[in-house]
Amino acid sequence: MTQLWNFPGGIHPPERKDISTAHPIRRAGIPEHLILPLQQHIGNPAEAVVEVGERVLKGQKIADVKTGMGVPVHAPTSGVIESIVEHPVPHPSGMADWCITLRPDGEDQWCSRNPVSDFRTLDRDQVLGIIRDSGIAGMGGAGFPTSIKLRPPRDRKVSTLILNGAECEPYITADDMTMREKADEVVAGLKVMAWILRPERCVIGIEDNKPEAIAALRKATEGTRTEIAVIPTKYPSGGEKQLIQILTGMEVPSGGIPADIGVMCQNIGTAVAVAQAVFQGTPLIARIVTITGDAIDEPGNFEALIGTPIKYLLEQAGVHQDRLSRLVLGGPMMGYTLTTEAVPVTKTTNCVIAATAAELPAPPPEQPCIRCGLCAEVCPMELLPQQLFWHAKATEFEKAEHLNLFDCIECGACSYVCPSSIPLVQYYRFAKDEIRVQRAEQLKSARARERFEARQARLEREQEEKELRRKERAKAAAEAQAKKKADAEKAAAEGEAVDERAARSALVEQALARKKAKTGATTPPSATRATGEKPDIEDLQKQLDHARSKLETMQSMLDEAKAQQADNVEKLERAVAKNHDRVKRAEEALAEARDGPADRTTVSGPTH
Amino acid sequence: MAFVQQSSPHAHRARPTSRVMLWVMIAAVPGLFAQTLFFGWGNLINVVSCIAVAVASEAALLRLRKKPVAFFVRDNTAAVTGLLLGLSLPQFTPWWVSAVAVISAIVVAKQLYGGLGSNPFNPAMVGYALVLVSFPVAMTTNWAEPAMLWEGAPGFGETLATIASGQQTAVDGWTMATPLDEYKHKITTHTSAEVLAHPTFGAGIAKGWEWVNAAFLAGGLLLIGLRIISWHIPVGFLGGLVLMSLAFGNNADLYAPLSLHLLAGGTMLGAFFIATDPVSAATSHQGKLIYGAGIGILIFLIRTWGNYPDAVAFSVLLMNFAVPFIDHYTPPRTYGHHKPRRGVPGSQG
Repeated sequence: MTQLWNFPGGIHPPERKDISTAHPIRRAGIPEHLILPLQQHIGNPAEAVVEVGERVLKGQKIADVKTGMGVPVHAPTSGVIESIVEHPVPHPSGMADWCITLRPDGEDQWCSRNPVSDFRTLDRDQVLGIIRDSGIAGMGGAGFPTSIKLRPPRDRKVSTLILNGAECEPYITADDMTMREKADEVVAGLKVMAWILRPERCVIGIEDNKPEAIAALRKATEGTRTEIAVIPTKYPSGGEKQLIQILTGMEVPSGGIPADIGVMCQNIGTAVAVAQAVFQGTPLIARIVTITGDAIDEPGNFEALIGTPIKYLLEQAGVHQDRLSRLVLGGPMMGYTLTTEAVPVTKTTNCVIAATAAELPAPPPEQPCIRCGLCAEVCPMELLPQQLFWHAKATEFEKAEHLNLFDCIECGACSYVCPSSIPLVQYYRFAKDEIRVQRAEQLKSARARERFEARQARLEREQEEKELRRKERAKAAAEAQAKKKADAEKAAAEGEAVDERAARSALVEQALARKKAKTGATTPPSATRATGEKPDIEDLQKQLDHARSKLETMQSMLDEAKAQQADNVEKLERAVAKNHDRVKRAEEALAEARDGPADRTTVSGPTH
Repeated sequence: MAFVQQSSPHAHRARPTSRVMLWVMIAAVPGLFAQTLFFGWGNLINVVSCIAVAVASEAALLRLRKKPVAFFVRDNTAAVTGLLLGLSLPQFTPWWVSAVAVISAIVVAKQLYGGLGSNPFNPAMVGYALVLVSFPVAMTTNWAEPAMLWEGAPGFGETLATIASGQQTAVDGWTMATPLDEYKHKITTHTSAEVLAHPTFGAGIAKGWEWVNAAFLAGGLLLIGLRIISWHIPVGFLGGLVLMSLAFGNNADLYAPLSLHLLAGGTMLGAFFIATDPVSAATSHQGKLIYGAGIGILIFLIRTWGNYPDAVAFSVLLMNFAVPFIDHYTPPRTYGHHKPRRGVPGSQG
């Protein structure tokens, strides 16, 4: 007899499981279209590896995850890829996501499969590879890739492997019926997982409200060391953390994973999928779905191809559209409502409740909390739901976090018993989301601040460099200025200062002459001569006049200086002599120009 | 077609607040029956009139606060406040004293603080304490003498006339100090045996009172059985009172004996019906035990060394003050955590 522990709190909602266990599992058949979401697991979405219009075989991989965490998607039957479009998918928000739609051809033709007769001849990584390539992700609801889960961190030895057959939520019987009808496959899958993990203990936990399943598994595990632990029926015993507590007495540390305490939980459906993948080479292309509720004529479990529209299954079970008021995916405690029956069955779809208004009536209007504490009595995590509610409502998120808001598993037990019918879980979700958004924003603003500060530092640095360069330039300019000043003084001292303008115009003329020389070299000489002759003479005449007037000025200045006995007489005398030379040269040049053709260089010569 | 969109959980099976309150009232019936049997019609008249005034003031205030009147009145919480006051007040309390108690309970202690769920203090006890300090004479001289209804106690008409007029002439000779009052004041000059010879104590522990307390205990056990209240507050309450009495009041010639503490006065009504008001009580199991024990200890202290013969109202109100503090330091240990996170965010827990 396996030792069992109790977990605090919990509730006993009406089970209503018997309504869907009357029939054995039925095959749902092949619908007209299959809608296969690219993301049915936790991780990166898969990318299509087939083209629209391509014919695919049953079991063929049609989408895969190239990088990062994820599992592939396979064609549940043979047919033609009709489109890759956004289509409503099962999600609490009612959102649409990318899906491959497949039009079955009715032949149900398999691709080649590679069953493994003795997996023990392979190494563990090969088996994990088969599990990964078969597209298996946790079928209990979260959809975590099983191959990754089966490879816990090296320092986390799994000593207890738990198969979760508790199925504590009302209405759902998918695992129950699977255990009843496929007990051998359940045990075979468990064997494969146990071989990978080598735990000291293998336990299948089942609530005592499933005697047929217990009997079937007892028979299937006869002669093995696998324990069948029959646990008292109490919601939420099937919550991973609660089941671990019941079976081991240990608690998963807050924020940690079961492997931290040497435990791993796997789902019944996942075990069957692993067995089929290894022993039959069949990828995960179908699963058991409970179709139940008072709006259904013949509730029961269906083996449905992944991608089968919910509508198709509801019709198979005989739905009364006129009575249908609420469509819940999952159980009545933790499931979410669907906006449309067009959504497909995915790898994590375990139950659809087509409820009438009388069956799941709208809760009465919310009343004020009277702090009765019933919520705390039933909370399996031993939180203080009413305090969390007050803080969530007052948006005092820091206080809510202090009271371990993030340990809430959203099982809904508190809302279930609340005499004021307060949607408590809704408040917790709101608070969690707000905190997540705030954290993201804090991170974002921290990054923005970093960026801003980096930019600010860069700008300051640039400003400083600019300033430095400016100073250097100013220094250089000042030096140049000083030098220029000194030169000017020097020039003035040499009597050149007065000649500055003449010298400048001479420079200009020199440049002009060079230009002319250039054009002269490229243009025909006759043309040059025709256009060049006259202006030359005029120019020279002007120069001559200019030099003469300057000479006159200099002469008068010299005379004046001489008269005044100034000390710059000598300088002026030299300047006069120079100007005299210049006049003379100008006269010669003019004469030459007037005398007729002469070499260009000689024409421009006198200006030097 | 559009399906109902709702956040999980989709199933509910709650006992609505109105039914919880109804059960509280039903559970008080044995006590009220015993009161009527041993002390006449006074309590019954008080209960009816107090409930009427309570519901009327609740409705008036809801109207003033522009809240849906019918929606809130139907939760029966005002009726319970009226009921508790009717059960607690002396049998021949003049009607205006009762009315002051009820109106201050509903208007001041409850609605002005924000209505149901927002009041930090137990409304009934606020009303009771207010009239106890405001009308000390009316609150001590109007207790009926324990006498079986058929022993010639004042009839329904006489009692009603007394309550309506505030004149005690009609019931003259039928009022008497309560056992706790009698004991408290006589024991300083008499021995225990002498004090207990007074007719108010009768042949048992405290004539009539013992049965009333037993009936409230039975009603309280019913509430625990129905999981309407948890056992923590009553156990803390009675435990605190018993321990104090055994530790400090063990000499019957000096202090009232434990039997009187438990079965005279408002002990059982207080432990199961008044201290368990969830709105103004502590939250966690540990907190409830501390809260209840605090009330029990304070009751002993006030009864023994204070000015008042009984002390349920003051003790409850004093512990109401302590509730936020208690709540901060008594959270349960959450799954997966090594220890509870005490204190307020940012403090060392």
